[in-house]
Amino acid sequence: MNDMAPTREQREAKLEGMGCKRKRVEDIRFTQGKGQYVDDVKLPGMLHGDFVRSPYAHARVKSINTEKALKVPGVLAVLTAQDLKGVNLAWMPTLAGDVQMVLADGKVLFQNQEVAFVVATDRYTADDGINAVEVEYEQLEPQIDPFTAMDPGAPVLREDLAGKTSGAHGPRKHHNHVFEWTVGDKDLTEAAFSKAEVTIKETISYHRTHPSPLETCQCLCSFDRVKGELTIYGTFQAPHVVRTVVALIAKIPEHKIHVIAPDIGGGFGNKVGVYPGYICAAVASIVTGKPVKWVEDRIENLTSTSFARDYHMTTEIAATKEGRVTGLRVHVLADHGAFDACADPSKWPAGFFNIVTGSYDFPVAHLAVDGVYTNKAPGGVAYRCSFRVTEAAYCIERAMDILAQKLGMDPAELRLKNFIRPEQFPYQSALGWEYDSGDYHTAMKQMMEKVDYAGLRKEQAAKREAFKRGETREIMGLGVSFFTEIVGAGPSKNCDILGIAMFDSCEIRLHPTGAGIARVGTKSQGQGHETTWAQIIATEIGIPADDIMVEEGNTDTAPYGLGTYGSRSTPVAGAAIAMAARKIKAKAQMIAAYKLEVHEDDLEWDIDGFRVKGLPEKTLSMKDICWVAYNAPPPGMEPGLEAVSYYDPPNMTYPFGAYLCVMEIDVDTGVYKIRRFYALDDCGTRINPMIIEGQVHGGLTEAFAIAMGQEIRYDDTGNVMTGSFMDFFIPTAVETPRWETDFTVTPSPHHPIGAKGVGESPNVGGVPCFSNAVNDAFSFLGSTHIQMPHDFWRNWQAAKALGVVGKER
Amino acid sequence: MATQAKKTQVSMTVNGEPVEGFVEPRTLLVHFIRENLSLTGTHIGCETTHCGACTIDLNGLSVKSCTIFAVQADDSEITTVEGMANADGTLSALQEGFRQMHGLQCGFCTPGMIMRGHRLLQENPNPTEEEIRFGIAGNLCRCTGYQNIVRAIQYAAAKINGVDFQEAAE
Amino acid sequence: MIPGPFTYHRPSSVSDAIKLLVDLGDEARPLAGGHSLIPMMKLRLATPEHLIDLQGVDGLKGITREDDNIVIGAMTTQHDLLASEVIASWLPVLRETALLIADPQIRYRGTIGGNVANGDPGNDMPALMMMLGASYRLEGPDGVRNEAATDFYQGAYFTSLEPGEILTAVSVPVPATGHGYAYEKLKRKIGDYATAAAAVILTMESCKVVTCAIGLTNLSETPLLAEKAAEAVIGTSLDEAALRNAAALAEEIMLPAADGRGPIEYRKSVGGIMVMRALKRAAARVG
Repeated sequence: MNDMAPTREQREAKLEGMGCKRKRVEDIRFTQGKGQYVDDVKLPGMLHGDFVRSPYAHARVKSINTEKALKVPGVLAVLTAQDLKGVNLAWMPTLAGDVQMVLADGKVLFQNQEVAFVVATDRYTADDGINAVEVEYEQLEPQIDPFTAMDPGAPVLREDLAGKTSGAHGPRKHHNHVFEWTVGDKDLTEAAFSKAEVTIKETISYHRTHPSPLETCQCLCSFDRVKGELTIYGTFQAPHVVRTVVALIAKIPEHKIHVIAPDIGGGFGNKVGVYPGYICAAVASIVTGKPVKWVEDRIENLTSTSFARDYHMTTEIAATKEGRVTGLRVHVLADHGAFDACADPSKWPAGFFNIVTGSYDFPVAHLAVDGVYTNKAPGGVAYRCSFRVTEAAYCIERAMDILAQKLGMDPAELRLKNFIRPEQFPYQSALGWEYDSGDYHTAMKQMMEKVDYAGLRKEQAAKREAFKRGETREIMGLGVSFFTEIVGAGPSKNCDILGIAMFDSCEIRLHPTGAGIARVGTKSQGQGHETTWAQIIATEIGIPADDIMVEEGNTDTAPYGLGTYGSRSTPVAGAAIAMAARKIKAKAQMIAAYKLEVHEDDLEWDIDGFRVKGLPEKTLSMKDICWVAYNAPPPGMEPGLEAVSYYDPPNMTYPFGAYLCVMEIDVDTGVYKIRRFYALDDCGTRINPMIIEGQVHGGLTEAFAIAMGQEIRYDDTGNVMTGSFMDFFIPTAVETPRWETDFTVTPSPHHPIGAKGVGESPNVGGVPCFSNAVNDAFSFLGSTHIQMPHDFWRNWQAAKALGVVGKER
Repeated sequence: MATQAKKTQVSMTVNGEPVEGFVEPRTLLVHFIRENLSLTGTHIGCETTHCGACTIDLNGLSVKSCTIFAVQADDSEITTVEGMANADGTLSALQEGFRQMHGLQCGFCTPGMIMRGHRLLQENPNPTEEEIRFGIAGNLCRCTGYQNIVRAIQYAAAKINGVDFQEAAE
Repeated sequence: MIPGPFTYHRPSSVSDAIKLLVDLGDEARPLAGGHSLIPMMKLRLATPEHLIDLQGVDGLKGITREDDNIVIGAMTTQHDLLASEVIASWLPVLRETALLIADPQIRYRGTIGGNVANGDPGNDMPALMMMLGASYRLEGPDGVRNEAATDFYQGAYFTSLEPGEILTAVSVPVPATGHGYAYEKLKRKIGDYATAAAAVILTMESCKVVTCAIGLTNLSETPLLAEKAAEAVIGTSLDEAALRNAAALAEEIMLPAADGRGPIEYRKSVGGIMVMRALKRAAARVG
């Protein structure tokens, strides 16, 4: 018999708290096919809805004939804009302060726009129904190119805005203008440029792409006519926001709306917005009195719900001839498609693009963003990044490389020379942000050492010579990127969604036997919150993570939260969890003092309970405190042990990282090989290193896809050319590179546990890294900037333009 | 105009149990499995035979059930992810590998990956990393970047073969 | 993405299948692996009223050597080709090609018959069949006929298959012992059709090419046999000039479409590169 008390190490290990590679709770059900995603939910009498969609990018809808469709056995209803007008829902507000057609009202403005909604007994019959709806269109001239959208003769897209000279974000200059947004000091920036010894200027485009989670957007709406209650199961990254928006636009009291986000098959920003499918399914349920399910297919997903990027960034840097940056000026032409449906905090029409000064100490900067309408799908979501941050990081990281090339400096050296120095934090940027913490030099040098940067540059120099001598047809590129993210939206002083402040929340309730439940206002889509939130609690209050159940996604039970996107869960909800746990701990300390008959101040925390200072054998475990809290609390104290915290963060957090990509490109085919990819991430305190690494792998894979070929491309008449996984590049295991990960730890000074968020960093840092590698490969042949995406044929075109194609031996 | 075709009876063995149902000929096998049999572990991700989320085992071959009609599978033997756990209800070596190596995040591709990994290991009990990557190239994952899925399958191979698997997800 | 309604038939003999095709006319389509047809039906780009599933038809599966030919039943899958010793021994180029088709799940279902018969210019096997001098066994209401692969393809999705006919087998002459072969396929990713692909089979003596045939995939609306290019390398040692000349001659007959795989100019240029690389790799394998 061994009745030795567990060692401190054993007690620590049993908690599986922060810093441990805890295996995921979720995996037990997911590996057995027992997850429950929206399409797995079935309700009695459930109907299915499906959309008739526009084949044209711009056309007037002359007529919609639903007669034949209604004769298809099993088709129960066909909704059109006329029907929705009856309930004032033909149009809906967007998160960006614009309005969007739910169903085509008079005209269509992009290919695959929703025109009519067929409701039938099953999904097969619904599909038969949409094929039987007859729509007569009159084609109109489409406006596809954003660069000519504000030409005097450009076609009028938004007739509903006729005569409106200002929108949600100020004055409009043209009938296809959405907004202009400016930040920074224009005069000082101009002065810096006029004095500059060296300047660069380049239009850097970040093409349109799409988050495309493996599970598409879907919902199941059920209206109970007797109770007047609406229940919505949906793929929602922000379920509470959906509840409030539905209450505001459908005029149903908010307590009679139940929003449930069950397991979600990936989000990446796609599942933040509100889409016509949700509105139509809800209306159809109200009309029919039956549950109505809407599940988009992949083509619909890629062509109608929420694109990302589509920023054309004219970028100028002023510098000294020694390579010290003295000014940054950026103008962005933002293609918003037919409606401005960006999912940004409402006051930020271009998101946090003003993080564009990046990791560098720019004394002055100026930014102007012009949004335009075109005949393309609406959206502008943050696809695995904080709002417009990947665009900003791409812009500055590409521009720094262009500057290095002009100066004849090594791009890593240029970055080291211009980094914000550790002692400058908290750092006030020229475009208005206060960076919380960072140690960029250490991270960069660690990267350079680990990959043998100097050795790689030597190898590259030798290969270039060999290429010039005709000994090889491959060129080698080294992509360097150093990014600073801005995540954790956000402080109520600068962030809200339609007026809802962007706090987050946690409620912890411990049970008498020392187990408990935590409910959080976020919603995991693969991030593993059920695992990691319990780890924070375990460390904070000494209850093993296995004994804490985490629940999210049900608006009836979870405290109000703003959901999961923009890497905000750990910075905001993670803080709320720690703060709720600390409230519990404070009460527990009072209970422990009473039971141990000492003053509270004579107690100290020790892993999983309190002990009396100087008397280490006198202890009371948290588990025992739970029992006491309910059954024998100190006189005058309320029984129970639970706490709620709503956390309004004082600042954003600023994760950063140093990435390096080694690439080889065959100039005769444009085929590239990723030889090596190294990613160093600093996300502050690390809650679960296994999950962090997994997030980094995933984000890098998405970055790889985007940089190397993934795009939503339109032809001149507005047909989508990349509407399925045949043409929309999702790499398989064969194309995907192997990832090397590394880290430094610079905690956030204002976050209760020092954590910063990580899920999106690899996408933000990865895209410029790949693109810089391609550009670096070609640079010795005389090119300065090649636009993304860098798919094989575009690489070949670049090589051809540089005169090096067709010499294969 | 489309008219609903007569339903026909199909019968098959799914996860060891005989099942039958009446379906329209156009009913896709994935819908038969999900809707008629209520086995919702088999997922639909792309509908164009690219993503592999709907992968099942059909007569000893892994196939994409979104591109097969239920009537074509009449009289066949099917295993879905729901049939993969050990007889005593514990996770199989492959399922355990996915958990131990963090081979999944949102879980949506996981059933298809596990079904494909299962057949791959039946055909090649000792695959190299290259062979695994090539062998799962019909299954798309948006979350993991595949690296830990490869490890998960390697873990399972080691466990099935009774050798130690040392490498852990960092 | 839901197919339109249809009536399902599962005949057990070729003659029953032909009778169904004849009786049901234009509205009937044979169904093999279904991995070309079913996706089209889900988009309702194909709306056959009758599907005639060939899986129950006896004798359509299998790989045998018959005299100087390898005969492959139409319902033989890509996976069957990969598992076949006969193919590995006598027609290794088919094995190499099958590995480059789609992905594992699709190779379990996709058949050689479906691949060669539907006339999709993106399919890989037709150019191989032309290069190998294969012929197709076509069975119809008027009996059996054999059609050379080189005569079969008339346009995109348009072949010399007559109404009521079914392609039941592919017959490939066994190539010379010691031949060199290669299939070079440039594609964007696993599962994609070729941006450009070239198939080569050749024999050499004393480092000079004696016989050669070159097939091209997805570089026109039909598969192509690059006859001039193949002729031009005969007698050469495949030096750089000969390779370049072959590529140039092959490019002359290429008429690819511009699509997501690249503009015409690119696809032709890499088509030429594929020819050069296939020739080089084939030559290295001679022996």
